[in-house]
Amino acid sequence: MRNIIAICKRELLSFFVSPIAYFVITGFTLLVGYFFFNLFSIFLQQYQMAPYLQMRGMPLPNLNQVIVEGLYQTMIVILVFLVPLLTMRIVAEEKRRGTFELLLTSPVSVSEIVLGKFLSLAVVIFVMLGISFIFPLLLIIYGTPEVPPIFSGFVGVLLCTLGFASIGMAVSSFTENQIVAGVSSMVTLLLLYVIQAPAESLDGSAAEIFRYLSPVDQVQDFIRGVVTLKSTVYFLSMIVFGLFLSQRALDALRWR
Amino acid sequence: MIEVKNLCKSYGEYAAVNDVSFTAQKGQIVGFLGPNGAGKTTTIRMLSTYLPPSSGTAIVAGFDVLREADQVRKRIGYLPENPPLYGEMTVREYLKFVGEIKGVPRAKLPEKIDEVMERCFVSDVRNKLCQHLSRGYRQRVGLAQAIIHEPEVIILDEPTSGLDPKQIIEIRQLIKSLGKDHTVLLSTHILPEVSMVCNKVVIISRGRVVMESMLADLAREKSLEQVFLESVSREEVVDAAACVN
Repeated sequence: MRNIIAICKRELLSFFVSPIAYFVITGFTLLVGYFFFNLFSIFLQQYQMAPYLQMRGMPLPNLNQVIVEGLYQTMIVILVFLVPLLTMRIVAEEKRRGTFELLLTSPVSVSEIVLGKFLSLAVVIFVMLGISFIFPLLLIIYGTPEVPPIFSGFVGVLLCTLGFASIGMAVSSFTENQIVAGVSSMVTLLLLYVIQAPAESLDGSAAEIFRYLSPVDQVQDFIRGVVTLKSTVYFLSMIVFGLFLSQRALDALRWR
Repeated sequence: MIEVKNLCKSYGEYAAVNDVSFTAQKGQIVGFLGPNGAGKTTTIRMLSTYLPPSSGTAIVAGFDVLREADQVRKRIGYLPENPPLYGEMTVREYLKFVGEIKGVPRAKLPEKIDEVMERCFVSDVRNKLCQHLSRGYRQRVGLAQAIIHEPEVIILDEPTSGLDPKQIIEIRQLIKSLGKDHTVLLSTHILPEVSMVCNKVVIISRGRVVMESMLADLAREKSLEQVFLESVSREEVVDAAACVN
């Protein structure tokens, strides 16, 4: 446990001494803020038409549906591109500058290295999403949205991001080139993002499988305020899978 | 103590280290000498548990480097060829991190950090970022890192490369003082270094040990330089003969 904390602390120091974490967090907040502004304008526009909609018996615009759901869905898209920037250096850099030799010849297990590094990513991600939570929070303070979906949606996005980070770390473990790690994890995540596409033309259990594999579909329940065991298991297994791959990749280094 | 028996490491067809055997006792400073590309670094990496041997065994500090690697790791201090520094950490932060992962007790750590910084002459840069250090300082921070947990066995891969003459003298003195109660394995290609610092020498060439001898026994007959040149060229003659056949 002490080793995990030591490695996590060292990673955090790297994140926050070098400008990476600040750039990614600022970029994320900026983008989310921009989308929040846009979604808010759309909501206002629809709201102005409320009397007309009411007259024709059409449903009124809903704060949760328009802004909260839209915002969380957009966050996932942004994260597909930004998480690889956070994870690309996490192991690759260490291999390139030779500090991996220090870690592997110290009384630290590969699992401890992997968990320590993942924990540091989790902290950075939590800070990043936490800062962006200010936008839904504004809705709670100044509006009357349904509050539980806002929180469950946040948990869903958090789990999804941790899953992305875990996969990004696994990709970074396979190479010593940061650019290769960054591009490969971006491609992997993008592929995962659109994985449900074949479901459109398929039917039956094949379509089900593709839908099940899609993080977008899985996070949808959370965003709508339904925390299901199925989706939770999906994201947790994604995290575990990434950690497992990282562990294997690094263990393999010892057996060249 | 280090006991190497028939250690081999091959990459495909190429044997980087071929049947290397030697021993180093406690209190000895063993010079691991050889031309560039002789297999020094590969051997050292196997002894430090970084690389697994292809065949053969090595016992370091009483444990097998392959089967009891965890035990070996607790008992060795290792300075790789390139000091493994984290550029964005200050020297103090770095040594604290290494102390933590090497298992130095928390209460003792600040005191240990100050002690090794003092011993390795890096106290004056304690708050500098590692990426801003000169080659000589990087090397000495690397050395500080290797001794912070008072390991039984200290393995140093070319510890004096990149140092200026004054620093070389200081580091050699430091290594000598370490030799009193540790086993030190020191790889180098600088001959005078071996005669000045070590009390035993192992010469390796083309992945094979060509000579293992106490320095005291050696000096009586010929200079180290003569011995080195002879043993290395003898090896080359053998290789040439093999090619002809």
